[in-house]
Amino acid sequence: METVITVRELKKTFKPKSRKGVEVKALDGISFEVPRGEFFGLLGPNGAGKTTTIGILTTRVLPTGGVAQIEGIDVAHDPVSVKRRIGVVPQVNNLDRSLTAREILLFHAAYFGVPKQEREQRAEQLLARFELTERADEKVNGFSGGMAQRLKIGRALMHDPAILFLDEPTTGLDPQSRRAMWELLTELNQKGLTILLTTHYMEEADQLCSRTAIVDHGRVLALDSPAQLKRSVPGGYLVELQVRNSGADGVFTDALRSLPGVVEIKAENDRVRVYADRVEGLLASAMRLAGEQHVTVTDAHVSEPSLENLFLHLTGRSLRP
Amino acid sequence: MTTFIALLHRDLRVVRRELPSFLLRVVLNPLLFTFIFGFVMPRMGIIKQGYTDMLLPGILGLSMTLSSMQAVSLPLVIDFGWSKEIEDRLLAPISIAGVGLGKIIVGVIQAIIAGLVVLPLAWLLMRVQLNLTTTDVIHFVLVALLSSWLFAAFGMVIGTIVPPQQISLIFTALLSPMIFFGCAYYPWATLYVIPWFKYAVLVNPLVYANEGFRMALTPHMPHMPMVLVYGALIGFSLFFTWIGLRKFEARALD
Repeated sequence: METVITVRELKKTFKPKSRKGVEVKALDGISFEVPRGEFFGLLGPNGAGKTTTIGILTTRVLPTGGVAQIEGIDVAHDPVSVKRRIGVVPQVNNLDRSLTAREILLFHAAYFGVPKQEREQRAEQLLARFELTERADEKVNGFSGGMAQRLKIGRALMHDPAILFLDEPTTGLDPQSRRAMWELLTELNQKGLTILLTTHYMEEADQLCSRTAIVDHGRVLALDSPAQLKRSVPGGYLVELQVRNSGADGVFTDALRSLPGVVEIKAENDRVRVYADRVEGLLASAMRLAGEQHVTVTDAHVSEPSLENLFLHLTGRSLRP
Repeated sequence: MTTFIALLHRDLRVVRRELPSFLLRVVLNPLLFTFIFGFVMPRMGIIKQGYTDMLLPGILGLSMTLSSMQAVSLPLVIDFGWSKEIEDRLLAPISIAGVGLGKIIVGVIQAIIAGLVVLPLAWLLMRVQLNLTTTDVIHFVLVALLSSWLFAAFGMVIGTIVPPQQISLIFTALLSPMIFFGCAYYPWATLYVIPWFKYAVLVNPLVYANEGFRMALTPHMPHMPMVLVYGALIGFSLFFTWIGLRKFEARALD
């Protein structure tokens, strides 16, 4: 399969904006490749470097080091050729508030030299597909979050790009709009469009992406299909215990490790995470052990294999803010 | 080129849509000024009749330069400050400097619209005798274009370096002295009465715009030498265009 996005050892350090500011290392050698037609996800918490990665790939941010290529063209050296090939749906609402929805689409296509008749036809189609026809000749100030989001996607598609970049497209949308957005994106991908999307929602990456890179602190921690990634969590199941008086000697965690099915134990302050390949009876056994060791369990939680667990396993932190 | 024209087309569509408020902003102040100083006070005898000859070029210069400067700087401050609307145009298949040049040209076009409205109105109110030769008209067109370009580029410098919270402060702190020391209300040549002041105002680019209009519209009145007018207008234009586009690129890219 032809590679359309190449990111190799990409680095970005933001210089401080004021004299008192500090340097921010947003990307610390991120690498991945996306073949044509793939639905690729960058999953990570806020500040992981997702937006910076998209910023570099879409010519808006200059890399400090490494390589970023779109269809073999270096983004930093020939931004204009790259811009012709990509459609970008940014995180913030940057719709042109001086124009109506239809004008936004038409002018965008005009910037890309799409002939008049063709752009009018395409705008009409996209407005209809995105259920915006009724409000097409209104300015966008009064548009709901979902409508603005759909219009941003419509705008990005007006010049028929080969690759679509979306930065957290469903953040701030209600569940119904999010579902609709997922359907729309799946449909676009099925028609052959390569999509790179960032998200901090596990279920979004799980639902949409054929492959997902888990990023944190500007590095790729894991990269595979969501199913494979979930399988890579040791044991798959996770029992999380909130404990008190567990002592520093590790007797309690050692005892947990000897339970049947337990693959790995991670203890941190008053939190113990037990990864296991089966879960039947595990919680009860853990509670019994706690009782024997005079450890108080204040909270317990059992979860199925998920990307959330994988992230927790890789970083020791939860994805959710 | 297609992209560049489409970008201009977008900006001009917006200008056309906002024409009434644009005209109010551009025309009201110079017209009120013209009315009091060029119409009411000469009739009272407080101001000598000939003063209007000195005033007309200055009023025109002020309207054109200030409108092109505002046309470029205010949208940029808003775009880069919070709305980020310009991002769409930065993603158009054209260099960042190309987008910036488009902004400057739109500023020039707005200045020309302002000039076309203010000149006839001010002339009607003040009844200044204009006996323009072909050379004067050529000078007039050149000075008008150069001054508008200079101040559009200056607007780009302001719009890209001033944070949004400080824009009104900058406008007050910078514009008031520029206007009052800009030889709009008095010819530069008559400043020989205060020599240090005559040379101090030369740092102000507005002086050359106003003196340029004086040279073109009322050549019989004292005005700055032609070489100095064109030299400074071109020099300042190049300087501000260079700085403005560099700052624009710096703001557009992280």
